[in-house]
Amino acid sequence: MSTTTWGWLVLLFPLLGTLIIAFGYRRLPGNTAGVIGTAAIGLAFVAALGALISLEGHSTSHQELTSSLWNYANTVGVNAEVSILVDPLSVFMILIVSGISSMIHLYSISYLEEDRGFARYFSYLNFFVFSMLLLVLAGNFLLLIVGWAFVGAASYLLISFWYRRTTATKAGIKAFVINVVGDTGLVLGTYFIFKHTHTLDFLGTFAAAPHVFHSGEADIVAGCLLLLVGAIAKSAQIPLHTWLPDAMEGPTPVSALIHAATMVTAGVYLIARMHVLFELAPAAQDTGAVIGAATLLIAGTIALVQTDIKRVIAYSTMSQIGYMIMGVSVGAYAAGMFHLMTHAFFKALLFMGAGSIIGAMGGEQSLQKMGGFRKALPFTFACFVIGGLALSGIPPFSGFFSKDEILLVTAELGGWHWALYAIGYLGAFLTAIYTFRMIFRAFYGDPVHEADELEKGHLHHKEHATNPANGEIEDDDVGFPGPHHTIAERALPMKVAMIVLAIGAAGAGLVQIPGVDDVVVNFLRPTFAGSPLYEPHTRDGLLIFGLCLGTVLGLSGIAIAYRIWVREPAIAVRARERFGAAYELFVHKWYFDELIDALVVRPATAAGRFAQGTFERVFVQDTMIGGSTGLVRAGSAAVRAVQSGFLRYYAALLVLGVTGVAFYFLLQT
Amino acid sequence: MSIGWYLAVSAIVFALGAAGVMVRRNPLVVLLCLELMLNGANLSLVAFSRMWGNGDGQIFALIVMTVAACEVCIGLGMVVAIYRRKLPIDVDELRELQG
Repeated sequence: MSTTTWGWLVLLFPLLGTLIIAFGYRRLPGNTAGVIGTAAIGLAFVAALGALISLEGHSTSHQELTSSLWNYANTVGVNAEVSILVDPLSVFMILIVSGISSMIHLYSISYLEEDRGFARYFSYLNFFVFSMLLLVLAGNFLLLIVGWAFVGAASYLLISFWYRRTTATKAGIKAFVINVVGDTGLVLGTYFIFKHTHTLDFLGTFAAAPHVFHSGEADIVAGCLLLLVGAIAKSAQIPLHTWLPDAMEGPTPVSALIHAATMVTAGVYLIARMHVLFELAPAAQDTGAVIGAATLLIAGTIALVQTDIKRVIAYSTMSQIGYMIMGVSVGAYAAGMFHLMTHAFFKALLFMGAGSIIGAMGGEQSLQKMGGFRKALPFTFACFVIGGLALSGIPPFSGFFSKDEILLVTAELGGWHWALYAIGYLGAFLTAIYTFRMIFRAFYGDPVHEADELEKGHLHHKEHATNPANGEIEDDDVGFPGPHHTIAERALPMKVAMIVLAIGAAGAGLVQIPGVDDVVVNFLRPTFAGSPLYEPHTRDGLLIFGLCLGTVLGLSGIAIAYRIWVREPAIAVRARERFGAAYELFVHKWYFDELIDALVVRPATAAGRFAQGTFERVFVQDTMIGGSTGLVRAGSAAVRAVQSGFLRYYAALLVLGVTGVAFYFLLQT
Repeated sequence: MSIGWYLAVSAIVFALGAAGVMVRRNPLVVLLCLELMLNGANLSLVAFSRMWGNGDGQIFALIVMTVAACEVCIGLGMVVAIYRRKLPIDVDELRELQG
């Protein structure tokens, strides 16, 4: 089979899975829907492997393959084909997306076992993966936009999966609205580029771009900045990030999927895919780098003080995506994509671990109520620590290799990029602290009631299921999660998924040890062949310094976390009192929600009210609608008066009329 | 005799009919007056027919009579129906069809 056929198969399986589950859900007994969904994504992964092997058979100069199924529309200069582009970058992405997603599907089979919306869940989940695969395989802007919008829609469906929870539906709407802002940016950006290149096709655009655009020209900068808006909305970067923490309202595996594989990585992919354009727009590149750096720092500080375990991980994702956005914006494409891969492993793993703890807590998510789960959840603890070490960048875990490489490339650009370099390491230090704060608070200390019970072999169940966000009592009907919870220790599928990801989180970094085996760099080279920023770096001294600095910062972060949250918990209270202002700032998430509320939501609401009061009430309703009906009513009243019902009166009118006409003609002659 | 006399008589009959329709309130009399109007018109048709010396006007008059017969049929039927329902036999009272 040709390489592109494998590419089409990658798209086919998740789509088939969606359709089979969606249309056959009544006839799928037990957890068949979950098995079908998992198998569909597993087959997609196999097809992605097929694409990889087949692609490796081509010589490096012929690794950009396109294939078109049919011509969707060919009109007024727009040639929109349903075509895919299979090149090292897209193959790299489909491997990560389908691989991680298949593990998350497997985990979900157990995690949502008792949920009344089981089949619906897997149908959405398959659709989510299909959308993301479509996004990364798209061979032109049109299909990219389609995949982009599908991902947004699927995320909405899954975030508000428990649709009777008000908090969940609100979070879903928030995510959708902010993503639409990004979609608008993407579409407008595409237009700016299409206006000059006259083609939607990626390869055609990239070939034409250097000829039709001068570096830094207004249109290309505007186009790339708009694409960047799309990227930061989808990747939850400042200031369009507020949907991501709220998206924690979805089921925990969905959070894993959004964070690790299918959604927030789309922005990173977009910038890497459009690197030809971004290199022609240095202003957009710099903006991306600054946004990434700001996000990684701000998200890190917020993660320090959050108490919801899933939100801590969510802010950590924002922070890590900040590294990737910064990386691909400064030209560290391979390093950015490599970090995307390692992050996918350990972030999915951390979410799965969090899901297991939440299961043990009976749905409770607050770190303040957790503690001492080390003995009760030994397996989850081990996985969580592996994920945490990888996230903190401790050698030889995977995060160690990928994070430092991004920062190395950043530093090589010199000048103000050194500031980004410093911020990156500050962020790494914060990462280690908040990650191990989470671990120490959940697993160390005195065992809480739930942990005690679990050690005696009894999984805690609350009397009433409640919403962890606001404590509302819920029933166990469809649309609510219900009282049933699962822990990894007692569910084989969850265990298998977590073991696989733990191996990845521990070992995936080894595929690219700088200077030893540059697997990712070499694999991705054909995609980035034209880029002057791509080739490996020569500053060995800085490389070794960076690796050492990263290790030292990671370890000292862990040490500080250990001191504060295990040895002397009083320090945390003292620090909170001493740095009250900073604590308030972090706990309120730097007031971004309030800022957006004040800058966008309130003015828009006020404008809406004003327009309703003046324009709609007075102009549309009173003047236009009221005026026209009034006119017709007055006219008909006048005409109705003639219709008196007096027969003799009609006759008189008739005679008078005929006489009048007769006289007129008589006088004429 | 000149055609003028015929037309004068016809106009007088027609005007009498029209006046009757306008001033009388009994539907039966209104129908009678309608007949007068039609016959006034018939008279002038026949007079014109004789003036031109062909039968077209007479045929026209015959058709008008047919129409008049039909109309009286319906009109009298309605009068009977009004009577049976014990409604007032007065066109000024029967004015439900006002706008």
